[in-house]
Amino acid sequence: MVGAIRRLGALFINGVWQLGFITRFFWLILVYSGQSFTRIHLTLRELYFSGVMSLLIILVSGLFVGLVLGLQGYETLQRYGASDSLGTLVALSLVRELGPVVAGLLFASRAGSAVTAEIGLMKVTEQLKAMDMMAVSPIARVVAPRFWGGVISMPLLAALFSAMGVFGGWLIGVVAIGVDDGAFWSQMQSAVDFRYDVLNGVIKSCVFGVAVALIAVFEGYDCVPTAEGVSRAITRTVVSSALAILALDFVMTSFMFRG
Amino acid sequence: MSEPLVRLENVRFAYGQRTILRDISLSIPRGQVVAIMGGSGSGKTTLLRLIGGQEKAVGGRVTVDGQDVAGLGREALYALRRRMGMLFQFGALFTDMTVFDNVAFPLREHTDLPPELINDLVMMKLHAVGLRGAARLMPGELSGGMARRVALARTIALDPMLLMYDEPFTGLDPISLGVIGQLIRRLNDALGASSVIVTHDIQESLQIVDYIYFISEGRVAAEGTPEAIRNSTDPFVHQFVHAEADGPVPFHYPAGDYATALVGGSS
Repeated sequence: MVGAIRRLGALFINGVWQLGFITRFFWLILVYSGQSFTRIHLTLRELYFSGVMSLLIILVSGLFVGLVLGLQGYETLQRYGASDSLGTLVALSLVRELGPVVAGLLFASRAGSAVTAEIGLMKVTEQLKAMDMMAVSPIARVVAPRFWGGVISMPLLAALFSAMGVFGGWLIGVVAIGVDDGAFWSQMQSAVDFRYDVLNGVIKSCVFGVAVALIAVFEGYDCVPTAEGVSRAITRTVVSSALAILALDFVMTSFMFRG
Repeated sequence: MSEPLVRLENVRFAYGQRTILRDISLSIPRGQVVAIMGGSGSGKTTLLRLIGGQEKAVGGRVTVDGQDVAGLGREALYALRRRMGMLFQFGALFTDMTVFDNVAFPLREHTDLPPELINDLVMMKLHAVGLRGAARLMPGELSGGMARRVALARTIALDPMLLMYDEPFTGLDPISLGVIGQLIRRLNDALGASSVIVTHDIQESLQIVDYIYFISEGRVAAEGTPEAIRNSTDPFVHQFVHAEADGPVPFHYPAGDYATALVGGSS
């Protein structure tokens, strides 16, 4: 019994420590971010690896999610004779929730894990130490550009995911099933508010971008420098990012969309 | 005689409860190549980390070129490190850059030289280690010995005053080993630098260094010129030079009585 309480306490204390570390690390990244923008090619390179290289999975997934939304949405709406509202349903689901959340989850598993692995392996092979000994801060040179690469690419990917999803919904609804093309688009246009729906969705994807990028670089930098340590760090990146995205999504949704 | 470039005075160091260095005093004179030897886990690499300011001593003082390393702020420490070069055990080359970019890295980070000049400097450094022809290769395409030489070229990119080598001979074939040894000596003399080699390769070290320190159990166990070491009657040095399994450094990790352990069924 005492042992269980002790373990619980240790777990809690460990969690608080970890939170402290990650906050301090976040602060350091911000302090050392200057180079990421003065030497923009460093960040552009990471933007390419995190953003452009994730395009395929994001676009294909967006399309499929849109196709499914189109099918399920039509099936439900037509029971109430509201199949013309299919465009509204697809667009709102995507820009408010599915775009940022699903794109965030995919981004964490595709780009976040890669960033953790790369930084972790640099640590294992002493590249970070070597850089530090050459009087070059690894946080400024390695961590910050990867962080900003992730932060910038995440909202763009979420937007593309949503756009592709809307296209998928249109393909199923209008092209395949035969919902009226004009009704599909005009209902969507009148029901989707730019500030209330789109902007809130963009804010969500930006927050997810910061969360995923921070977790990815932190886990890589903090990993135990062994093969096993890196593999654990990658797992933690994917798991913690997923939990962070879903929890943050709930918190933000409860503030943003209270009706 | 001028002040030594590096001086350690009564240095003590511990990782948490585990004491690594008890009381180390040694100095690296300017222009010389000094080897620090000792068994695995004797704290040799820790010494380099103390000199480079990556760790701070618990007690005692580490000075490099007259500056107390532990007392330096971040900026001053980085300024000092720009005048030091460190070769890591397995080279620690940046795997996402070509050989050329690896050697150019310190130059690009710390100078505003035009690309043409950087190109010339990198080629000169690569030529010095015999790998000008490998400039366009990626680190993954190099053998262990070549990677170590590229790392050496990168280490000397900014013409440092102090060169530190962490186990430079580990895992090399005899030819590469000889090449690295000769390069360490030649570059030290050509650059007018001072070098510290942390190693347990006694035979190679005896050929190229000016002075040797033996570290054991956190203390300097013996020291001397290669000539003195070869003729030493000190049992520790004798065991090390002749690679004997047992001696002052015991073969057995401390344990209870063997017979008791066997009969009792557990230690």
